[in-house]
Amino acid sequence: MAALTELTIAAARDGLAKGDFTAIELTAAHLTAMAAARSLNAMITETPDKAKAMAAESDKRRRAGQAGLLEGIPLAIKDLFCTEGVLTTAGSHILDGFQPPYESTVTANLWRHGAVMLGKANMDEFAMGSSNMTSFYGPVESPWRRRGDNRTLVPGGSSGGSAAVVAARCALGATGTDTGGSIRQPASFCGIVGFKPTYGRCSRWGVVAFASSLDQPGPLTRTVRDAALMLGAMAGHDPKDSTSVDAPVPDYQAALTGDIRGLKVGIPKEYRVDGMAVEIDALWQQGIDWLRQAGAEPVEISLPHTHYALPTYYIVAPAEASSNLARYDGVRFGLRVPAEKLTEMYEGTRGEGFGAEVQRRVLIGTYVLSAGYYDAYYNKARRVRTLIANDFAKAFEGVDVILTPTAPSAAFAVGEKMDDPIAMYLNDVFTVPSSLAGLPAISVPAGLSGDGLPLGLQLIGRAFDEGTVLKVAGVLEEAADFTAEPAFIAGRG
Amino acid sequence: MSVDKAMVAKIAKLAHLRVPEEKLDGLAGELNNILGWIEQLSELDTDGVEPMTSVVAMTLPQRDDVKTDGGRPEDVVRNAPETVGGYFVVPKVVE
Repeated sequence: MAALTELTIAAARDGLAKGDFTAIELTAAHLTAMAAARSLNAMITETPDKAKAMAAESDKRRRAGQAGLLEGIPLAIKDLFCTEGVLTTAGSHILDGFQPPYESTVTANLWRHGAVMLGKANMDEFAMGSSNMTSFYGPVESPWRRRGDNRTLVPGGSSGGSAAVVAARCALGATGTDTGGSIRQPASFCGIVGFKPTYGRCSRWGVVAFASSLDQPGPLTRTVRDAALMLGAMAGHDPKDSTSVDAPVPDYQAALTGDIRGLKVGIPKEYRVDGMAVEIDALWQQGIDWLRQAGAEPVEISLPHTHYALPTYYIVAPAEASSNLARYDGVRFGLRVPAEKLTEMYEGTRGEGFGAEVQRRVLIGTYVLSAGYYDAYYNKARRVRTLIANDFAKAFEGVDVILTPTAPSAAFAVGEKMDDPIAMYLNDVFTVPSSLAGLPAISVPAGLSGDGLPLGLQLIGRAFDEGTVLKVAGVLEEAADFTAEPAFIAGRG
Repeated sequence: MSVDKAMVAKIAKLAHLRVPEEKLDGLAGELNNILGWIEQLSELDTDGVEPMTSVVAMTLPQRDDVKTDGGRPEDVVRNAPETVGGYFVVPKVVE
């Protein structure tokens, strides 16, 4: 039998159900792997004692015949989710020592379904970044290396720690959050599956807010089936999040029929951006061919406002962030830089507690919301956002799902693209439009770059039609048969 | 429109961010780059387009106006840097 850390969630569930191993054994194997992978800096907090206690409870429930959907499955949790009594930092100095007195709805749902928490995963500060370089707790290293090149690569971001631990086989799955690509881009960089469901599918309650009209939790896993399983446990209506949709959660596994005959797959011509790497274009074409061979019909579509999505995002997201981050004032939680006067205390605390990228976005957000600029920037962006959403609505009158690359490149090395914020923002060129439209979108590992790094393809679906996205993703996954492995896998000698 | 050093200082003040004097010039340059790039939205004619308020078409739910949580004052102040007797403590505001 394969090492316990190399199983999929689906296989681990079967093994636990058959009694091949216990949750305690499965958790212990992952705790050992996590400890062996510390050089990646992928975890901010490891919670081995809690994990062992949760695994013991899980084994008891199983013996009592009460196994949940994810009974005994060890997971890493992005450090943006509040976990009761466990340090929650959002990757920021300003949340020093914060131990929430409550549990986020998504993590509470996971524990109710029997999952086990291994610890809290590193991330870009307040989820602002595409490289995991902005974390106060230091950058995360990707477990991948270019062929014949030992330079350290970024895992992507903002859910970089989550992606790295899943790729390095330290956790069977991890939670992430996606505002403009923060689940899908790191999944693409690390050769795993990352699924951002429809806005409103998973509750945002207890998730540290970045841009509330865009933020959405979702799973990072090694297979599409595992993503379906994990999303099923995370999703659901929550009265504590007023944007949480009151609709039943379908059985996502049941959607994985493998039958996509007759489905229409949109290929947006505007995603063939200038200067796109040849290998990305080739992989995209390969994806189109795979889906055609499986009986789907590729259809060229137009999403005419695609080009305007990134600048729209970089108004809307900082505007919401500047408002959301106003709460960090040194009074109720986290860091305080003492001063004689209240305003000086606020300014000192925020000046020291926020890193450079967060400060940049708070300043941009404050500017575009300030008197005299609000209409020119913020309202303009909200109007363009309507046009972008309308593009998708029109496209989905004729197609069932849309296929694009996930990111414009493979992972880059630490230090590359670091000087120019806009070059970094361009990482999200293919993921941001569907975020602005609130649509479900998944990244599936589909091939390797010339130097041996993973590349993902993205599927975008209609609102609340996660089932079709998963179904097509399953077909893509099978056709791609992605078996490449990172240079570093934690459990191996 | 262009952001100068004085404008960065003004925005930083509005955002309650202490930005050291020597960083203002650099930030002005960065913000101008980003704002210049964002400026391309002005090419688009958005007359008559409604600004998006919610990405998912739904009516904001309302609940009964009843107490659903509370009675946990120690939880509320537990993470505060400084408290006295269940109150948050801040530097003196009124002379």
